[in-house]
Amino acid sequence: MSKDKAAVFVVAEQGETGVEPASLQLVGKARELADALESKVGVVLLGKNLSDATQKLIEAGADLVFQGDADVLVPYQAELYTEIIVKLMAEHHPEILLLGSTFMGRELAPLIAAKLETGLTAHCIELEVNPEGILEQRIPAYGGMITIVCPEKRPQMATVANGVFSTPALDASRSGQIVSIEVPNAFELRAQTLEVVKEEAEGVSLETASVIVAGGAGAGNLEGWHEIGELATILNAGFGSTRPAVDAGWTELETMIGQSGKMVNPELYIGIGLSGELQHMVGIVGAKVMIAVNNDPKSPVFEQVDYGVLEDCREFVPALTKKLMESRNK
Amino acid sequence: MLNIVVCVKAVPDPRIADKLKIDPVTKSLPRLDIPLVINPLDSHALEAALQLKKKYEAHITVLCMGPPPAGNIVRECLALGADTGILLTDPAFAGADAFATAYTLAKAIEKIGSPDVVFCGMASSDGATEWVGPEIATFLDMPVVTMVREIVEDQGDDWIVKADYGHGYRTVKLKLPAVLTVTRNLNLPKPLSFSGILKARSKEITEWDHHDLGDPVERFGLKGSPTYVTEMYPLESRREVQMLEGTLQEKVARMVKILSDAGVA
Repeated sequence: MSKDKAAVFVVAEQGETGVEPASLQLVGKARELADALESKVGVVLLGKNLSDATQKLIEAGADLVFQGDADVLVPYQAELYTEIIVKLMAEHHPEILLLGSTFMGRELAPLIAAKLETGLTAHCIELEVNPEGILEQRIPAYGGMITIVCPEKRPQMATVANGVFSTPALDASRSGQIVSIEVPNAFELRAQTLEVVKEEAEGVSLETASVIVAGGAGAGNLEGWHEIGELATILNAGFGSTRPAVDAGWTELETMIGQSGKMVNPELYIGIGLSGELQHMVGIVGAKVMIAVNNDPKSPVFEQVDYGVLEDCREFVPALTKKLMESRNK
Repeated sequence: MLNIVVCVKAVPDPRIADKLKIDPVTKSLPRLDIPLVINPLDSHALEAALQLKKKYEAHITVLCMGPPPAGNIVRECLALGADTGILLTDPAFAGADAFATAYTLAKAIEKIGSPDVVFCGMASSDGATEWVGPEIATFLDMPVVTMVREIVEDQGDDWIVKADYGHGYRTVKLKLPAVLTVTRNLNLPKPLSFSGILKARSKEITEWDHHDLGDPVERFGLKGSPTYVTEMYPLESRREVQMLEGTLQEKVARMVKILSDAGVA
C-alpha cells in the first residue's frame, strides 16, 4: 500500500448546521480501518463555504480532504456529485468507500457503486478489516447478524446510519492536507433538484427523547396505533415505529427506528406490539430500562428487554394510559 | 405512447417473514415455505403506472426476477391492469446481490425496448437495500429520483416530482426517460377486482432466462454479484427479562410503578 495514498475514503456531507454527525462518525471509523491497513483517510466534501466543515473532518481523523466548492453543488445534485466522485475514485483506487445512510448517501452510494461496478452493503452496523485485509460488513438479518464481503471489486462500499458509530473526539492539533477538486461548470443535469423544503416534525424528537414508545404490527389497525400514540403523548415520549407499522401506512418512514431508520438513545424504551426484530432493536442504543408488551409468550422481544408484559396491547395500552391520567389528575 | 416498465419483486410475506430465523446449530437459514407476495412498495410503483395509463395512452410492462412461483405476482399485476408480464427466471439468476439484480433487470429493460419511465419501489421488504432502482438507472444511462412522494407534472418529457429529503422534501425537474423509486405516500394501491382477474387469465406471461438476455452466464446471479454473505450467526439474548404477573389491572399498576421509579410518570 502506497504511503501517500488514502486507502479509505468517506463521502462527507454538510447540512444546514455544518458537517453532518454521520460524516464525523464515519471519519472516526475510517481512521480505525485506515490504521489497520496502514494507510490514510481521504474525505470528499462537496458544497459551499466548506472551511469549518473541513477543519472538523481533519480534527476527526481525515488526512486528506478533497474539497469541491461551487454554487452548483448546493443543493445536492445526484448526477453532478456522481460524476465528480467517480472520477476521484478512478484516480485514487481506494480499498474502501463509506457514505452515511442519509437521504443523499442512500441515493448517491448506488449511483457510484454501479458506475464503478462494485459492491455496496446497506446500513451496516459493524465494519472491520479482517486479517486478509478484506472489509467485513455486518448487518442484522433473520434474528441474527450476517457478514457480507466484497472480496474482488474495489472500492468495498458501505453505507452507515447516523448514530451507529460514536462521534470521535476532535483533536485540534491534527493537521491534514486540503486538495481542491475541479467542478465541471457546464454539466447538463437530466434530473435537477430545484429546491429543498423543510417540514416541521410533530411531537417529541426521537433523536433527543429520553423516553421512547415504539409501536409495531401488533397495533392491528390505525385505531390501535393511535392508542399507542396517546400513551407516548402522556409520557412526553418520542413515538417511534418498526418497518411493518410504516408499511401498514400508520406512520411515516421518518419515525422508523433501527438499522435503516433512526438510531435512538433513550433512558427508557417501551416496545409495544412488536416482535423484537434485530433490524429494529439495533436502533436502540444503550437504553437503561427496556420494556416490551406483546401477546405472544414466544416473542423474541422478551429476550431483549428488562420487563415483559404478556398482554394484548389493545387491552393493556388503553388501561395503562387511563391509569396514568388518573394518577396525574390526583 | 408512454412506455412504462414497473419492476416488482416477489418477497416472503412480510407479515410472517420474521419466522425465518438463523438456525443456531447449522448457522444457516432453515427451509420454510413462506408464501410470496408482491413487495409492498412495488404495489405503489404499479399504481403510479396505472394512474398514468388513466390519463395518457400507455403500455405497462411488469418485470419480475424470481423463482417460477413469482409468476403468480406477475399474474396479480396483470389482473390489476398491467398489459404485459415478464418473469426473469433461471437457476443462474439465484444468489444475485443488488448489483447483479439491477444488472439483470436493466438487460431485460433494454430487450423490452426504450421505456419512457421505469418505476420501482424504493426498497424491498426482505433485502431493504434501496440500491436496485438507482443501479438500473446507471446501467440504462438514465437519471433517477429516489423516494418520490408526488408526481406534480407529468405531461410530455419534462416532469416535476417531489421526493422525500432530509426533514422535508425536494422538488426535482426531470427529463424522461427516467427511473423513479417510490414511497408509499405516492398513492393508494387499489385492490384486485374480479373482472381484472378474469381479464388477466387470457394475458400471457413471457419467461426469459439468461440466454434471452444475451450475456455470458457469469454476469448473473451469485457469479455476477460483487458481494456475498460469508457467515450468519444468531445473537444471544442481552437482558434478563422479568415478566409482570397478575391480572391486567395488576400488571398496569406494576407498570406505573416501574415508570415512576424510572422518573417518567
